[in-house]
Amino acid sequence: MIKSDIIDAVSEKLTYNRPKAEMAVEDLLQLLKDSLKDGGRIELRGFGVFLVRPKKTGVGRNPKTGEQIPLQPGKVIKFKPSKDVLSAESAPQIIG
Amino acid sequence: MTRMQLVEELSRKLGVNHTEAETIVDAFFGAIVDALKKEDKVELRGFGSFRVKKRPARTARNPRTGESVQVPEKMIPYFKASKELKQLIEES
Repeated sequence: MIKSDIIDAVSEKLTYNRPKAEMAVEDLLQLLKDSLKDGGRIELRGFGVFLVRPKKTGVGRNPKTGEQIPLQPGKVIKFKPSKDVLSAESAPQIIG
Repeated sequence: MTRMQLVEELSRKLGVNHTEAETIVDAFFGAIVDALKKEDKVELRGFGSFRVKKRPARTARNPRTGESVQVPEKMIPYFKASKELKQLIEES
């Protein structure tokens, strides 16, 4: 599935024409990006949470040569899916 | 940001009412979930991609009681941020 398929789904559900649905999807993605850029956590019940975390710092090593490489500071995005978001039956399951 | 804040901002940006913006947000994430349920991957250029991996059944333990529990096989969604998004975050 690609963006274009999502635009089709939005277009169908809201009886929007394609350009309008496309704008809606693009704006929505832009809002998500802006929010992540502002260091935000995006919490979407029933879907998951996007988190921005600082990267690990310290010394990394090339496991083959043992060469030391300093890890650059920075940020990474994590996605934590909602529990059982994909189970259709959504029966209670034990999370190990 | 919560789903409601996302709905509000989208409603402002598109100039549509709250209910309509909410339907868009739900249609968007609903489409992603539906694709993932079919084990399809979802690629959003400039944002990232979602895919599912199967986690096999295993025996786990209840940490409180030490009791063994059989955990069934399960589909787990994964998200990989695009290079563009990674860079955007890195520089923020």
